[in-house]
Amino acid sequence: MAIGKEIRTQIKSVQNTQKITSAMEMVAASKMRKAQERMAATRPYAENISRVIGHLAKAHPEYKHPFMLHREVKRVGIIVVSTDRGLCGGLNTNLFKAATVAMKEWMESDLEIDICVVGQKGVGFFKRHGGKVVAQKTHMGDSPKIEDLLGSIKVMNDAFINGEIDQLQLLNNKFINTMTQKPTLQQLLPLVEGADDGEDLGYRWDYIYEPDAKEVLDETLMRYVESLVYQGVVENIACEQSARMVAMKAATDNAGDLIDDLELVYNKARQGAITQELSEIVAGAAAV
Amino acid sequence: MSMTMHVNIVSAEEEIFAGTVEQVHAPAVMGEVGIYPRHTQMLTRLKPGEVRIIREGGEEEFYFISGGILEVQPHVVTVLADTALRAKDVDEEAALEAKRRAEESIREGSNSDEFDVAKAELQLAEAVAMLRTVDHLRKKLKGSRV
Repeated sequence: MAIGKEIRTQIKSVQNTQKITSAMEMVAASKMRKAQERMAATRPYAENISRVIGHLAKAHPEYKHPFMLHREVKRVGIIVVSTDRGLCGGLNTNLFKAATVAMKEWMESDLEIDICVVGQKGVGFFKRHGGKVVAQKTHMGDSPKIEDLLGSIKVMNDAFINGEIDQLQLLNNKFINTMTQKPTLQQLLPLVEGADDGEDLGYRWDYIYEPDAKEVLDETLMRYVESLVYQGVVENIACEQSARMVAMKAATDNAGDLIDDLELVYNKARQGAITQELSEIVAGAAAV
Repeated sequence: MSMTMHVNIVSAEEEIFAGTVEQVHAPAVMGEVGIYPRHTQMLTRLKPGEVRIIREGGEEEFYFISGGILEVQPHVVTVLADTALRAKDVDEEAALEAKRRAEESIREGSNSDEFDVAKAELQLAEAVAMLRTVDHLRKKLKGSRV
């Protein structure tokens, strides 16, 4: 019966798409679990190093590191953490929207902007819309190593030390829960005063530095910034996987709905054809 | 009561050890240091090597680290371990690489140094509208089905 040929092909094609999206959903779900674990694993380092930085702020080092000094802001650096791949709903769109809002504000107050992009999607976005991209890092995979990021971070840190930028911000998606991810802008440099953990000793004290204050502080603060960026990247991956899982689940459901609709149309057409054929036969028999 | 202190050994990618110990020995750049409870505040760089801790009761444990930072507070010792050997020139190279890639992709695209807010906003508005439409369609489909 030629009647349903077109509809059948269409149903077949939607079914194939559904198979792909449901496979992607499952892959994203298992990757998400791993990404969340990885995100949790980075937390102890971040907590410990920010406690050390908190102590440092309370100590009275004779040497003030440039990372701790606030300057008049003329040029801002921003690290935008995006994903390498698409098909993750509005994740990147929302992030770029947040970036545009922030950058518009800076441009209105006559600040210049240096951008460091992480992720292929971000590279594409700034390629389309311009912007001074000074460093980029893409294709880090699902389990990035902190070493992969060091180059880009160093570019920004050096720019800050050399006075090319007076502020460094980090923009990435915050993982709130599987359904919700929120683009968040966070100031990295100059360091924002850490939360007071209440164990002020009440007298002036300072560390013993080995080999000397400058060298140790340099390294500690550098590590601190690196760990914040790394955490941002790892968190963004957890966001990416959960956003993809949700998007693919929606796509699979939609494909199911579409198939149901098409099948209804197909069956109607088939029944119509049978009825018509029968009535033709009956009419033919009656005429004889 | 024997004196103890808390030790955290962490790397950027995972927690390595956390617990109560009697002593910590770490490979500081100026020579190995042994830390007992109530040590004065100290901040030092670590060389690649072994961190040795003596747990309550005298049990010894060893952890290899590829360098890092040691912070000592009277009752808390923190080891911020690096995940890999770090060398200045390697970092430098990576930085150059990141810059080079950025420059390359600028050359590829018709990129200008000025971020085009209007254009970006337009495209984002379009993308958001598309996402919203998909959402609406979905709700409508759900509504029409009983």
